[in-house]
Amino acid sequence: MIIKSLDPRVNRSQIDQEKEFQPLESLDQFETYEVFHQKKRGTQHQHVGIVHAPNHELAMMFAKEQYSRRGQCVNLWVVKTSDVFVTDYDDADIFETTPEKKHRDPESYKVMDRIQAFKQKQNA
Amino acid sequence: MEYTEVHVLAVKELLYKMADDQLILGHRNSEWTGLGPVLEEDIAFSSMAQDKIGQAHALYQILHELGEGEPDTVAFMRNAEQFHCCHLVEIPIGEYDFSLMRHFLFDRAEQLRFELLSQSSFEPLAQVARKFRGEVKYHVMHADSWVKLLGVGNEESHGRMQEALNQAFPLALGIFEAGPYEDALKEAGIFEGELHLRNLWLEAIKPVLHAAHLSIPAEANDALAAGGRYGKHTAYLQPLLDEMTEVFRIDPAAEW
Repeated sequence: MIIKSLDPRVNRSQIDQEKEFQPLESLDQFETYEVFHQKKRGTQHQHVGIVHAPNHELAMMFAKEQYSRRGQCVNLWVVKTSDVFVTDYDDADIFETTPEKKHRDPESYKVMDRIQAFKQKQNA
Repeated sequence: MEYTEVHVLAVKELLYKMADDQLILGHRNSEWTGLGPVLEEDIAFSSMAQDKIGQAHALYQILHELGEGEPDTVAFMRNAEQFHCCHLVEIPIGEYDFSLMRHFLFDRAEQLRFELLSQSSFEPLAQVARKFRGEVKYHVMHADSWVKLLGVGNEESHGRMQEALNQAFPLALGIFEAGPYEDALKEAGIFEGELHLRNLWLEAIKPVLHAAHLSIPAEANDALAAGGRYGKHTAYLQPLLDEMTEVFRIDPAAEW
């Protein structure tokens, strides 16, 4: 039986419902590229996600539609995921005591009192 | 110079053929939505199809301001013989190689047409041409990237792209079929004309095809794809229109 659909493209394809489908042979996959976008000239690029692409040029083309189709963007970077150097999760202990180092947080600065007071006044 | 009645007719004819090309190709390309070869390409191709419909809308809007019907009515309520699109845009999507090659040949021509029109003495059209410059530039970058990559990819991809070019190139010549008002358009500084555009286009596509190791078929004959601008279409247009307008025609007065 031929599959009937509301989608005329499916009907045109004349897909036989009873036919046994063989899974496709696995193909070579495109590489992944990390995508960074910049919202405004002079601001920092931010990582927004990945695309699969056959080369840098098309990675850029895909990144444009995946990650800048809504909202503002003035510039894109794409970097091969394999070109990114990463820390090992086994070494995550190098960050372990960081949360304790409160002296590095700007909360302890005197000016924070004034900022908090200003914020409270704004919310009041 | 002051436009005469002939110039107004000429502008309308130019707008209709441009808008109809965009609408029909936009619809054709949207047939890939959800079926594209990879997710990223599916999204990019679908977005560009939407862009084309948006560009068609802007052109129908100018026509409306010149006294023609509402954009929706003009887009959805005409029959095939009232359309001015070229044959290239009517042909079914085929395999992805054909759709890509059509996208390349058409959008290269479109980019150059908009470039010429951005200097047009008919200001509403010049504004639209300038507005879409970046959009169309992206379409061309996308098309060029694929053509260059697949042209030299491997034996199969090269063979498929050459075959697609052999099929699409003669049809693409139909884009430049001379209209009835070429002289009027030129003398009023509205548009340089189809022959001029065709020459620019050939010069523009050659280096890309060369880089892709693809050759323009030698015996391409433009007479094959002529007639579209005068309402003579392939058998593929009317079924496309029936499908495209099916929902609209249920209730043309409905608010969406």
